Amino acid sequence: MVTGFTGLLTVTVFLPAAGALALLLLARSDRAARLLAFAVGVAELALSLVVFFGFQRGGERFQWVDRLPWFASETLNASYFLGVDGLSAPLVLLTGLLGLCAVLASWRITLRVREHFAWLLLLQTAVLGVFTSLDLLLFFLFWELELLPMYMLIAIWGGGRKEYSAMKFLIFTITGSAFMLVAIVAVFLTPQVGTFDMTQLLAHGVGLSGADLLLPASALFWLFFLAFAIKLPVWPLHTWLPDAHTDAPTAGSVMLAGVLLKMGGYGLLRINVGIFHQQTQQFAWALMALGVISVLYGAVVTIRQTDLKRLIAYSSVSHMGLVLVGIASVQVGLGELTDTGLSGAAMQLFTHGTITGLLFLAVGLVYDKAHTRYIPDLGGLANRMPLVAIAFLIAGLASLGLPGLSGFVSELLVFLGGFQAYPWPTALAVLGIILAAGYILWMMERCLFGAARERFDHLTDASFVEALPLVLLIIVIVAVGVYPAPLTQVFQAGLAPMVDAFR
Amino acid sequence: MISESFIWAILLLPLASFVVIALVIRPFLDRASALSGRVLIGCLTVALALSLWTLAATAGGAVPDFQPHPWLDVGQATVALGLLVDPITAIMLVVVTGVSLMVQIYSQGYMRGDPSYSRYFAYMSLFTGAMIGLVLSSNIVQLYVFWELVGVASYLLIGFWHHRPAAAAAAKKAFIITRIGDVGFLLAILYLFSQADRFAAAGLDPFHIPDIWQAAQPLATGGAVLGGAALTWVLLGIFAGAAGKSGQFPLHAWLPDAMEGPTPVSALIHAATMVAAGVFLVARFYPLFLASPNAMTVVALIGAFTAFMAATMGLVMNDIKRVLAYSTISQLGYMMAALGVGAYGPAIFHLFTHAFFKALLFLGAGSVNHAAGTFNMRYMGGLRRFMPWTYALTLIGGLSLVGIFPLSGFWSKDEILAAAWQGGGSVEMWVSRLTLGLLLAGVLLTAFYTWRLLHLTFHGEFRGGGEREQSDLAASAPPAAAEVPQHHGAAPAGNHPSGVHLAESPWVMVLPMAALGVAAVAAGFVANPQWVQRLVIFPAHWLTDFLDAGLEHGLGAAAEAVHPIVPKFSLEVALASTAAALVGIGVAMLLYRSRASEAIRDPLERMGPVHRLLSQRYYVDALYEGILVRRVFYRAVAGALDWVDRFLVDGLVNLVGCSVRGVGRGAALFQNGQVQWYGVMIAIGSLLILAGYLVLG
Repeated sequence: MVTGFTGLLTVTVFLPAAGALALLLLARSDRAARLLAFAVGVAELALSLVVFFGFQRGGERFQWVDRLPWFASETLNASYFLGVDGLSAPLVLLTGLLGLCAVLASWRITLRVREHFAWLLLLQTAVLGVFTSLDLLLFFLFWELELLPMYMLIAIWGGGRKEYSAMKFLIFTITGSAFMLVAIVAVFLTPQVGTFDMTQLLAHGVGLSGADLLLPASALFWLFFLAFAIKLPVWPLHTWLPDAHTDAPTAGSVMLAGVLLKMGGYGLLRINVGIFHQQTQQFAWALMALGVISVLYGAVVTIRQTDLKRLIAYSSVSHMGLVLVGIASVQVGLGELTDTGLSGAAMQLFTHGTITGLLFLAVGLVYDKAHTRYIPDLGGLANRMPLVAIAFLIAGLASLGLPGLSGFVSELLVFLGGFQAYPWPTALAVLGIILAAGYILWMMERCLFGAARERFDHLTDASFVEALPLVLLIIVIVAVGVYPAPLTQVFQAGLAPMVDAFR
Repeated sequence: MISESFIWAILLLPLASFVVIALVIRPFLDRASALSGRVLIGCLTVALALSLWTLAATAGGAVPDFQPHPWLDVGQATVALGLLVDPITAIMLVVVTGVSLMVQIYSQGYMRGDPSYSRYFAYMSLFTGAMIGLVLSSNIVQLYVFWELVGVASYLLIGFWHHRPAAAAAAKKAFIITRIGDVGFLLAILYLFSQADRFAAAGLDPFHIPDIWQAAQPLATGGAVLGGAALTWVLLGIFAGAAGKSGQFPLHAWLPDAMEGPTPVSALIHAATMVAAGVFLVARFYPLFLASPNAMTVVALIGAFTAFMAATMGLVMNDIKRVLAYSTISQLGYMMAALGVGAYGPAIFHLFTHAFFKALLFLGAGSVNHAAGTFNMRYMGGLRRFMPWTYALTLIGGLSLVGIFPLSGFWSKDEILAAAWQGGGSVEMWVSRLTLGLLLAGVLLTAFYTWRLLHLTFHGEFRGGGEREQSDLAASAPPAAAEVPQHHGAAPAGNHPSGVHLAESPWVMVLPMAALGVAAVAAGFVANPQWVQRLVIFPAHWLTDFLDAGLEHGLGAAAEAVHPIVPKFSLEVALASTAAALVGIGVAMLLYRSRASEAIRDPLERMGPVHRLLSQRYYVDALYEGILVRRVFYRAVAGALDWVDRFLVDGLVNLVGCSVRGVGRGAALFQNGQVQWYGVMIAIGSLLILAGYLVLG
């Protein structure tokens, strides 16, 4: 049994929550609140860098483990158990990165400032908790904890039909959570399993253990799948996403697209793939079908959108479909396995997080300044705000999979793996790159290019604080695109044992 | 001996120039933006010197074999970056760095005073660097990476004057159409990887280009790793990518619009980078193409058809750059057709000569634009008196394009025609013959439109230039202008006023044109002498033999079985093509005698519906944009899915929500909309379940 306590992850996970508390109790002014949130954001980024670069490839599978007994009775055998492997370490880094960006993106907020930052920081704790929990019960608690701050961010600081969108987000996720809870309880109640310890479940796998499960393993697989598919989101469970994005504030959108969706992908990889080997192989065709539909359907619907945020939201549906394509490719032939597609799926979580984060930051700046996100009203912005335009363009090019930027690497790996397993469906999904070029470049043309408009003559370019997160994410996007090995190797270290467990 | 680091330097110099201009000069030293042009010119001068040295070393028999460097290593998918330097690469390096250097020197004059001067040279650095990376790649994924980077650099440059809607639209169109072809290329790569096990069994790497060549050759154990229908499909995928980049039918529609970019960009796109990439790609995988007659047939027929069809459209265009654009598509068709009928050396030889004279022609068009303030030839005329250098050099370029003895185009085009005449490639004889027929007809058309271009631009009387054009347009578009799509001809190029300034361009523009003029004369007979044993340092058929030797080295043991045809000069073919060229020029001379200074009525308009069909570009653009994209895709398909999403998928969700609310009305206590309440309920529910278990268990 994995034991130990280094404390690093505990600090990383709970520092934002502590910061939130400190904000509410100590910050006297909005300015103090901002600075405190910024300090916590920087500290989190530093901590997440330590977690990521301190991760030893070739070392223990789970590192930086913090484990304390919690409900250590015979009947409820749960523990406080944090740790990262190669799959979660990069996602911790992603959360640290986007957490800081979200704080900076909220710099100009004037409504209930302290509360805003408090919820934002609490959200970060919840997401980090999801990525680092190695105990199913703890995982579930963090999963639920994420709902409240996000709901508040949309419902209070959002725009448009914000209450409707926030409630929709909430109901969808809770519905998924209910399925997941049933599955978790069923796993635990099965006498031969009887544990929430994910490391044990990962090592043995539920389906392969021969245990007399309370529910059939395939039912458990689909219950978990539903919860994660709603979060990812997968067609046809995606309709909460465009609404939530459109009405969320910029920081909310950045966190939502950047890390919250990744919880779904992470759950699929960690639990569905990690624990239900047989079922993953058995239902790979279904995942493939859903993935390809999401890719194409999402892309086609994206083209019709006229609201910038809705457009990016639908493009996320398309890009997250690639995660499913990558996962479905795990079984190449009869009994023949590959982790190329899985690595692509995991990479896609990271790269899409940074790229969409950058897109939403840029869109947020456009909206803050031009006061509209309605595409036909925009145009010629490159003349007025070159910095924002450059960031927008780089994010867009990365999103359409331009080599040299990070999105290409994950798409390539997904396609390579997918084509080995399911050539024809993957070939269909590849058509998505034409559609992506279409909607991204058309969006660029309509927003950034064309003659300068009188209406926008007064617009100013991004200020220093506004430019900071843009530059940060551009650096990451270019770095991963030019030399992806450091990231792929860590993911590889996390996924290889999972694939080995299949055998 | 070739040192690997020197060859990396050829690639890294322009990329370093990009980084320096984009990250240092543009943000911090924009007042000294003149620096940006000089940085790139300096880098390219060194790169050209290194390229010439590489060519000399390769020609001297060096066969460098560099170890690739690991880049991505995920499971089975290992991608290693490396350099593949063989004769075609060595020649391409010289063409790319040489033409780009001339274009950059010219740009210093052409782009002077542009507010985005340094941005221009940043993009140009990226463009040149990406093309160099493309020709150097030893790995198919690496090649794809640079392939896409070439595409994005051209996107940025075509849309350089992004405040002009036509430029932004043309940039998008270029990227999307080429990307349609790229999907084929990508699928070919995916297929190769899906055969990784079979490659591995033969000790090969599915991404390493020389290994891919080997995969098509028969193994000692019998059968090839790649063969049959699968090989043909892979090749058609690769050809789809090549057709997109090289503007081959049916993916040619982007290239004429691409002239919305600054003219030196067009010169680079049409000569050395971008469009040449497609021909290079087919040539790069030529050992595979030799093993699939079906794929070769497709390449030959598409190439020949494109050569002919594009030339017909070139007949009626009024925009000087548009005529040149169709001539580029047509000439690329010659190269593809040559590759298809098995003439590897002649295809690349034509790419080589074409690069010089086509760059020259575009730079000439830019120079003319500086004087006349327009690209519309209806408003030009008589410019030879004002700009003798531009006239003389454009004449050299034009006659070389037509293939008049002894200019370079004559030699390269004739080798292609001779090869098609000779046949003997892997395609059937009728394919070669049909190709020859289409290409010969193309010679006649080329001669006609080239002479028309020269005449309308330089001969006769001056017809008012951009100023007259503007006033004509203002006086409620005359019927003559109606057939010109609204965004062409009329729009003055970016910062360039439509003012008339009848004088020769500055030396900084004329000198690079002169250098290209020398190359356009010499690149044929001097680099690839015929009839003689030896010309100074070059033995007879030096260039084609050099290229063929490189190909045979790539083929290895299989060179005996499949080999390209090596055409020798054929007097009959030369006479036939010269006759066709002279007829074309003669007809043009007859039709376009000197006219008064009136904006001329094109005699071709008398052809009525044919003229209409040609000037509407066979309605291909209308079909693509108006019908396929706008009606079928955007309105019908995307519109329907959007409706489904709104009213079925989301509607169902809301329906469920409503009915739940109806049921829940009785239990309204729990439906108070407070999230805290839901949270509490979840917590209580979870605890109840656990408590239940504790009690019962």
